[in-house]
Amino acid sequence: MNYIASIGSYFIMIREVFKKPTKWPIMRKLILKEIDELIYGSLGIIIFISFFIGGVVAIQTALNITNPLIPRNLIGFATRQSVILEFAPTFTSIIMAGKVGSYITSSIGTMRVTEQIDALEVMGINSLNYLVFPKIIAMLLYPFVIAIAMYVGIFGGWIAGVFGGFSSSADFIEGIQLDFIPFHVAYSFIKTIAFALIIATIPSFHGFYMRGGALEVGKASTTSFVWTSVVIIIVNYVLTQLLLG
Amino acid sequence: MIKVDDIHKSFGDAHILKGVSTQFEKGKTNLIIGQSGSGKTVFLKCLLGLFSPDKGNIIYNGKIYSNLSGDQQRNLRQEIGMVFQGSALFDSMTVEENVMFPLDMFTKQSKSEMQDRVDIVLRRVNLIDAHQKYPSEISGGMQKRVAIARAIVMNPKYLFCDEPNSGLDPKTAILIDNLIHEITQEFDITTVINTHDMNSVMEIGEKIIFLKNGYKEWEGSNKEIFKTDNKAVTDFVYSSDLFKKVRQMYLEERN
Repeated sequence: MNYIASIGSYFIMIREVFKKPTKWPIMRKLILKEIDELIYGSLGIIIFISFFIGGVVAIQTALNITNPLIPRNLIGFATRQSVILEFAPTFTSIIMAGKVGSYITSSIGTMRVTEQIDALEVMGINSLNYLVFPKIIAMLLYPFVIAIAMYVGIFGGWIAGVFGGFSSSADFIEGIQLDFIPFHVAYSFIKTIAFALIIATIPSFHGFYMRGGALEVGKASTTSFVWTSVVIIIVNYVLTQLLLG
Repeated sequence: MIKVDDIHKSFGDAHILKGVSTQFEKGKTNLIIGQSGSGKTVFLKCLLGLFSPDKGNIIYNGKIYSNLSGDQQRNLRQEIGMVFQGSALFDSMTVEENVMFPLDMFTKQSKSEMQDRVDIVLRRVNLIDAHQKYPSEISGGMQKRVAIARAIVMNPKYLFCDEPNSGLDPKTAILIDNLIHEITQEFDITTVINTHDMNSVMEIGEKIIFLKNGYKEWEGSNKEIFKTDNKAVTDFVYSSDLFKKVRQMYLEERN
């Protein structure tokens, strides 16, 4: 019953976020600040993870090709498919749910605990619009991060494949061009936009409606990460079924 | 003036406010006192519109708060200044940005006009060299003064303070009390302070409301509180030996 009430509260929160907008000059500053915090601040870890994930996929694929009849360009092909379809959008989003989601929950939760949200409300400001809307807008740039993750992931695969002696550069590049379906990239970006909205709003919900003190801020961050990840995985399944099934 | 008419508030089975009525006069420092759990904070949050009373009305200058539209409520809130217990300053902003925030949000003043106004209010609360500091870099007393500056920067008609001198040393607490009292008279504001501090009660309580178990047990001024025979009030206010002696001396002087 509590879960149903929470889901209801979540959608009420989403509706409130778009009511009574904050003055544009202030909102613009907030959006730029959130882009810096959520998007630009995440690029380093995303590039690092994507590079090594791409490399591992290439190595794993190479090690599992035991039949000499299977062409070596499969390494590039498998790396591309894995990175574009799942690793870049989904795996990266789970990482982002931890990094960005925890930041969002703890920052909003701390504002709740220290009465800063009450201060906004008393001033007559729609605190949900002020706090959550800029995060949603900033996260709309998330597909660009994922595009970088795709590129770096495949590049990591190429490095691992070629310099690890598993494939020639020509085979790998032939593999990444093989049977390319542009819709797979579109599918990946559609998922990414859905994940971006989830990463921006579920942690905000957990931070905004938390009660208690510092300990509860920590608990809210953990709960927020778990639920954000769960919802990402469910939405991933549903969208995959709808778009590719 | 704020009139409170028979407000009730419950959370689940817990009946916190059980019919509180009173009024707060303009230009006066009104104090709400009572033990922890007596309903002071809920009462203050009802006055601020952060909680909606289950029954009863809060009337701001003849306007029933709950009858106002969302926009009218928000406009009214712009006439309210609030000093929170923990100051509630925005961590990511400097002192100057904190004080400028309501001006930036609600007025069309130029940057220089806003800057001038910020300088005036920061000088009024005796904070001159802290403009570019962050809340974490200043003391608790200074944070309270910044919160007062932020609360008065929009020239509010109503000022609410939730335990403004909690966690402060006695000297700073008196300084904050006097500052709020002076500002109330200077700008003719209706001030309502939620406090536990008996020095505040004695010094600046032009009107005092004593809440007990969700009821208004007593109301009067700081002069009247010396004379009252209400046992609940005397037990609470004169719980320390020092205040008992002060009261005894006062009563002996009168006789």
